[in-house]
Amino acid sequence: MLNTFDILETIRMIQEECLDIRTITMGISLLDCIDPDIDKACQKVYDKITSRAENLVRTGEQIEKEYGIPIVNKRISVTPIAMLAAACPDENPVKFAHTLQRAADTCGVNFLGGYSALVHKGFSAGDLALIRSIPQALSETTNVCSSVNIGSTRSGINMDAAALMGEIVLESAKATSDRQCIGPAKLVVFCNAVEDNPFMAGAFHGVGEPDCEIHVGVSGPGVVRAAIEKYPDASIDELSDFIKKTAFKITRMGQLVGSRASKMLDVPFGIVDLSLAPTPAVGDSVAYILEGMGLEQCGTHGTTAALALLNDAVKKGGVMASSNVGGLSGAFIPVSEDAGMIAAAQDGTLCLEKLEAMTAVCSVGLDMIVVPGDISAATISAIIADEAAIGMVNNKTTAVRLIPAIGKKEGDMLEFGGLLGSGPVMPINRKSPAKFISRGGRIPAPMHSIKN
Amino acid sequence: MRAVITVIGKDTIGILHKVSGICANHNANVIEVTQSVMQDMFAMIMMVDLSGMSADFSSLSDEMTALGNAEGLTIHCMHEDIFNSMHKI
Repeated sequence: MLNTFDILETIRMIQEECLDIRTITMGISLLDCIDPDIDKACQKVYDKITSRAENLVRTGEQIEKEYGIPIVNKRISVTPIAMLAAACPDENPVKFAHTLQRAADTCGVNFLGGYSALVHKGFSAGDLALIRSIPQALSETTNVCSSVNIGSTRSGINMDAAALMGEIVLESAKATSDRQCIGPAKLVVFCNAVEDNPFMAGAFHGVGEPDCEIHVGVSGPGVVRAAIEKYPDASIDELSDFIKKTAFKITRMGQLVGSRASKMLDVPFGIVDLSLAPTPAVGDSVAYILEGMGLEQCGTHGTTAALALLNDAVKKGGVMASSNVGGLSGAFIPVSEDAGMIAAAQDGTLCLEKLEAMTAVCSVGLDMIVVPGDISAATISAIIADEAAIGMVNNKTTAVRLIPAIGKKEGDMLEFGGLLGSGPVMPINRKSPAKFISRGGRIPAPMHSIKN
Repeated sequence: MRAVITVIGKDTIGILHKVSGICANHNANVIEVTQSVMQDMFAMIMMVDLSGMSADFSSLSDEMTALGNAEGLTIHCMHEDIFNSMHKI
């Protein structure tokens, strides 16, 4: 029998501590839509997405009501579009982006990811054309997300791609400078990208995945913070235990919602992504968890250690709660989406270099960071290369989502609104890495990649 | 299936009557009720069996929410599985 305390605890988590299911993401393979005639291919893409995801939003809303738990986003990820673009070499891949936007509108999802290319070892047919079309695609669509994987532990880092992506990020910002430079907020540059990530902007449906499946991304920084604050004098081991217990409960809910959605939609259940994903809402912040552990402000010395503890405890607590854990699974630190990080960046406590260190111990990477608009493409490329190196050497996913604020300088703000939040322009190192970036080529894979 | 209905708010006359009235209209059977009034705050948890329910779950949940809004109460109507999965291994 259920007891009153448990019931009230669940309700308190949802009502006061912002507990929610961050996203239900349907992964859809488009491999059977490849066609040398781009118009035919686009039609097949549209038909497949809209038929598979026809009931996605409605089902999500029904589950929300049944369990009384908010499901904030309903999303779709698709096969990297570069693979479809490869079959039509003379066409502009932007047509696919428009098709994806139409499909997203029809299904009512708020983001559709997969305008992507995987180039960690080199460019194959379709990759370059797709990457070059990203600025146009992101400026002419609103809900399509793009990602490019430029490195992996097994293959090294494609420095030609890193160099190119610096230019693409900058161009994407310029193409949307009249809209708060929103373009690059929908573009992620990965190292060790995962194939079953349900979170945007980096979600795509990998080629090793089934035809269609459902992933769930849980959230709950507010719940973890509340748990920590209940024990102000607990030791670190005890803190870790409290976080584990909380992560277990959060993840069980994700597992429940995922299996229910999978049954209702008659689509296999993929994974639960055990991430602590912040939102700009008051209290729903990863920075506040770190501050709750005893740091005066996020970004000060000790932040990396506190984050490492948090990330590890979230995984350990969550892994037993779900039959299949996957995606990025860890704590996210997107600056503009986290009230505590925004405040710390504004105060100058949190800087780019500290964020880079933090990415070595948590999931993902330099996320939603606004940089000055006069940044050079080479500097962006170098930041991408640094982050990819951390991912490559540490066997983990890292990513870069930088937003050059065109026409703005340090201290100004960009306001994206909604889940993307708002971010202060953060200072960057002004010495040039241009010569290093212009060399091109590939950084060889590390020694420990040879493990067969 | 069974659902848990929780009602929290300022105590007024007839809360239990109104909530159980909606259950009866939907043919939902009340299995168990615990309630407490502390000072003037009212907190009730009700377990209902929905297996013989005449309409769908969302209409019950919508009516409870509407009642809550009208009476200034917070009413949640949630499938029992969410509590079972979060609190039991």
